Amino acid sequence: MIMRSYLALSLALFAAPLAAQNEDLGEPVGEGGNVETAFEENASEEGGLTGSVTDESDWQDLGIAIPAFATDRERSTPANASGTGALGGEIARVITANLRNNGIFKPTGPDALPKPSFAQITAPSWSSWNGRGAEMLVKGYVRARDDGRLVVGCYLYDVALQDELIREGWVVRPADWRRAAHKCSDLIYARLTGENPFFDSRIAYIAETGPKDKRVKRLAIMDSDGANHRFLTLGSATALTPRYSPDYSQLLYLSYVDGNPRIYVYDIGTGKQKLVADTGNPTLAPRWSPDGRSILYSMAVNGNTDIYRVSANGGRSVRLTNTPGIDVGGSYSPDGQKIVFESDRSGSQQCYVMNADGSGQRRITFFGGRCATPEWSPRGDQIAFTRIAGDFNIAVMTPAGRNLRVLTNGWQDEAPTWAPNGRIIQFFRTARNSGRSGLHQVDLTGRNERRLPTPVDASDPAWGPIRP
Amino acid sequence: MTIPNTRIIAIAVLSSTALLGACAKKAPEELPPTPQATATPTTSGPSTAPSGPGVGTQAHFEQAVGSNAVVYFDTDRFNIDSTDAAALQTQAQYLGQYSQVTITIEGHADERGTREYNVALGERRANSAKNYLVSLGIAANRISTVSFGKERPIALGSNAEAWAQNRRAASVVIN
Repeated sequence: MIMRSYLALSLALFAAPLAAQNEDLGEPVGEGGNVETAFEENASEEGGLTGSVTDESDWQDLGIAIPAFATDRERSTPANASGTGALGGEIARVITANLRNNGIFKPTGPDALPKPSFAQITAPSWSSWNGRGAEMLVKGYVRARDDGRLVVGCYLYDVALQDELIREGWVVRPADWRRAAHKCSDLIYARLTGENPFFDSRIAYIAETGPKDKRVKRLAIMDSDGANHRFLTLGSATALTPRYSPDYSQLLYLSYVDGNPRIYVYDIGTGKQKLVADTGNPTLAPRWSPDGRSILYSMAVNGNTDIYRVSANGGRSVRLTNTPGIDVGGSYSPDGQKIVFESDRSGSQQCYVMNADGSGQRRITFFGGRCATPEWSPRGDQIAFTRIAGDFNIAVMTPAGRNLRVLTNGWQDEAPTWAPNGRIIQFFRTARNSGRSGLHQVDLTGRNERRLPTPVDASDPAWGPIRP
Repeated sequence: MTIPNTRIIAIAVLSSTALLGACAKKAPEELPPTPQATATPTTSGPSTAPSGPGVGTQAHFEQAVGSNAVVYFDTDRFNIDSTDAAALQTQAQYLGQYSQVTITIEGHADERGTREYNVALGERRANSAKNYLVSLGIAANRISTVSFGKERPIALGSNAEAWAQNRRAASVVIN
């Protein structure tokens, strides 16, 4: 890594504070293993069946039977104390919960279904499934290899057509068995809706405990379904607004660990962190560029906050905004060409779009109320934001600021973050008076909203991309 | 716009011990915990309380300026109005008298704002107060600022009165 001389100098000068900046960090959790695709042959060429999840209610009556995954022979595995047979049931349960919890389909899980044998995975007895009213059938297997890794196969059948729609398999470490279940969920979801997958992804957020005036806020991460939850900081310093790097190796977030608001980049593998911009000024609102090479941040100088960009490798920052107002946040379009951000230069918080170099700044929101925390959809077609018009609600609009649609109706719904496929938005909701907060997600119809369970109160969610 | 009725207008009694009784309207329940006890007061301070807190402590500062240690702002605003100016003049006189004292101004916002904007807003409020003190002759390097956004409310309700108390810039002595 190249470090410019002035940066090296400042590192030398501030050696003690740099050590102190790690004092709120917990044990490193390490990075997950890779998931290797085992086979792809026989995948159907047709693409999605019909339609789009823009109207997900169409799918809610689609019955999907998901019996326990079979195993070729019962073996012990670190993934399940009872062996590969029991693990097959767990995998089917994870898939069932995924498809049900997002309001997309009407799945029936393994506990209410007969358990297919290994031989039946590729040869379903159509008549028995037809009799159960299942239109779609998911089958699969778990096999423990001699090297300890697991092979998980996933098959989707159309019961009425008596035909296989798609199949795929993955090789995972035992610790990553849930990823195979998410990959299978993604395969089913993508095949049936024609949309991009999103289940095999992770979420960073802030875990909150304690009374309203002494809130303890810790950096935490979890899978998209809430599993594999980990706290990354200890809570002695307030942590806010995390963002996963596109490759999941790092997290940007704000910490008060040195007493001041500063953004740090935390390395998940080593469990260490460093200042993003060592300027002596408050920094906040960190964001990654889509390629992970640049970091946007906001910095207050003499009380005036503007947006800056710096290489993820360090170096000199480039100032992108230059107004007396508060310019803060920023979210890149998926192609990295434009940035949507918020500014109160007009007198109240509104959303603006600029080119990635800071040129061409123009306001896009004119519909009354305020626009805050804009987030560009990974599909590029929508911008989600916090609409402040009396209450705080999650809304979407086009990148031109048109077709406003308000999706939620809480008292204070804040900080949208997109699912990797741009079809679901997660946000946090704060209760009046108590200040209790929790993560919620809503689809683009606004009809399917649910709370995502977390061990403690939660805020500032940031949904990462599909895992590599 | 509403102005908290807890404000103190009297500033004439500066640095007098009488101020302790005069500021009863506003409970001096400031953000930081009471500082650790220090040694017996130095003789250089005013002969106010024989065994009171020493110069350079938050307790000494609060005893001298009372509720004038905090200034309040309207929704989304950061301007120094006449009440704020009076409070800051009180602080400036204290800082003028005790030139060895440095302070941190903590800027805060109410809960009815988005998190990042509120951090920036708190910073702007703290700097407004700082700039006013500098305009009164206090050296800028004696005043640091920090914003806590909406993370540290002092009033816990979700109503206009609570929000008015939370939109504040609180001066604290950190030693």
